[in-house]
Amino acid sequence: MRSFEHVNAPDIKTAIALLREPATEAIAGGTDLLGELKARLRSPRRLVNLKTLSNLREIRYSPKAGLRLGALVTLAEIERHPIIRERFSILAQAAASAATPQLRNMGTLGGNLCQKPRCWYYRHRLFHCWLKGGDRCFAEDGENKYHAILGADRCHAVHPSDLAPALIALEATVRVVGPDLDGEISLAELYTKPTESHRRMTMLGPGELIIEVRVPPPKKNARGVYLKAMERGSWSFALVSVAVQMSLEGKRIADARIVLGGVSTIPWRAKGSESILIGQEFSMELAERAAEAAIAGAQPLRDNAYKVSLAKSLVKEAVGSLAS
Amino acid sequence: MVTKAARPRKRKIVVRGPGKTSVTLIVNGETHEVLVEPRRTLLDALRKDLGLTGAKKACDEGTCGACTVLLEGKPIYACMALALECDGRTIETIEGLARDAKLHPIQEAFIEEDALQCGFCTPGQIMSVKALLDENPHPTLEDVKRAVSGNLCRCGAYPKIFKAALRAAELLRSRS
Ligand SMILES: Cc1cc2nc3c(=O)[nH]c(=O)nc-3n(C[C@@H](O)[C@@H](O)[C@H](O)COP(=O)(O)OP(=O)(O)OC[C@H]3O[C@@H](n4cnc5c(N)ncnc54)[C@H](O)[C@@H]3O)c2cc1C
Ligand code: SF4
Ligand code: FES
Ligand code: FES
Repeated sequence: MRSFEHVNAPDIKTAIALLREPATEAIAGGTDLLGELKARLRSPRRLVNLKTLSNLREIRYSPKAGLRLGALVTLAEIERHPIIRERFSILAQAAASAATPQLRNMGTLGGNLCQKPRCWYYRHRLFHCWLKGGDRCFAEDGENKYHAILGADRCHAVHPSDLAPALIALEATVRVVGPDLDGEISLAELYTKPTESHRRMTMLGPGELIIEVRVPPPKKNARGVYLKAMERGSWSFALVSVAVQMSLEGKRIADARIVLGGVSTIPWRAKGSESILIGQEFSMELAERAAEAAIAGAQPLRDNAYKVSLAKSLVKEAVGSLAS
Repeated sequence: MVTKAARPRKRKIVVRGPGKTSVTLIVNGETHEVLVEPRRTLLDALRKDLGLTGAKKACDEGTCGACTVLLEGKPIYACMALALECDGRTIETIEGLARDAKLHPIQEAFIEEDALQCGFCTPGQIMSVKALLDENPHPTLEDVKRAVSGNLCRCGAYPKIFKAALRAAELLRSRS
């Protein structure tokens, strides 16, 4: 790591003001950022430590308002929280599936949602790829086993977060603040496909922070499941993951939200699958059709066609497990 | 978009570094003051500034667990934490386990069950087991597996590590 200055953020306003200065980065748990600094992907002049913003560490719940999670809540706190386990189980499952116990004790919700891609070209200092401001994507015709199969454009990296698909399936919103910004948006809107002029995986710009994540109260008879295909049982990013949240009225599916991880540059909402399910009586044949719809339009690269069948199987398994 | 480089007003901010700055680390019950640059990891501060080489540096990027220590009682990777951000906080390392030249029951159990080969992962494994047993004196095999799921053993000593952890739980229960 190159040397840097360090400031403990005294309050949110000051943190934002500090962060809009050039070559300044926010550090929360540091589990992603320190990896980037050690690999010298960036060399900030100054780090602003968010961990001193102690009002962002709370988990609050009320049956009316739902769940409110401060950006600094750790993954371990989410995984263990009794109400989250009971009423927002896919969030607890997603948190428990991420990284390792040690990293979950360190890593925060805000950092998880804003973490950078794990594409190995991105993580290597010597590849000045498109996302880092260069002019080509090395994964497109290179080693792309872990890359996107859906909706990719210039960049083929997948968004690595486990929490994001679960939270989007739960219709979460985030409060974002910045120099000229203070508002609540849906978490799905936070994620944008990187474009020529905004080569980032979220819509946030310099000095813009996530302060809080809000999850509405669960719907009647709601249930959910988070399934994650991994190369080993721990310490692995998702090859493909799927978060499904469904409400059932008897055998009829009243509502369904399906979001996939590991398949696109953004958490991938499978709206086609949802509309096949909603209003129908559950059957395995219906689950099969919904699974097929989830991968409609998939464009695998040389080494990642396996993700197409994996995604399909996971959706079918997840939907099936909830309805029976 | 043009933004004015706004200097934050009023609230006093304390900028530390890039040179060395004083940090207080409470390690195994003893208070130490060390001078570190902000970029110093907790692992380097323990190993280089305090001479506590029990926590190992293997990957230095959060992918092995050899550097596991307890921060405020919870296992973390010391290589992924900045020493400066542990200012005033409590850290436990493998060196703090033995008391009066007597090994800790977890250490005894690891020896009894022969739960190591090269031993490089062992301090980290033991600290993860310590955190588990501090919180849960009656762990199941599944609890143990989960507790050490962030500690890589390249020698594949896991079956014996699991046995040792369960044995250590017995020892601790029988002595308390
Ligand atoms: C070996 C390894 C395995 C991992 N496996 C997984 C996995 O399986 N699943 C998974 O989801 N993740 C995984 N991770 C990623 C892990 O870093 C995140 O899960 C963690 O939650 C990041 O949080 P943090 O607080 O440490 O982030 P930091 O490193 O502190 O921050 C990450 C980024 O987000 C920015 N940031 C932090 N907080 C905010 C905020 N409030 N608002 C705006 N920006 C912010 C920072 O500036 C930085 O750019 C893994 C990491 C490692 C090293
Ligand atoms: S997939 Fe994205 S991050 Fe990876 S090399 Fe291509 S542009 Fe860069
Ligand atoms: S040295 Fe810290 S996890 Fe490997
Ligand atoms: S005993 Fe050798 S790495 Fe575990």
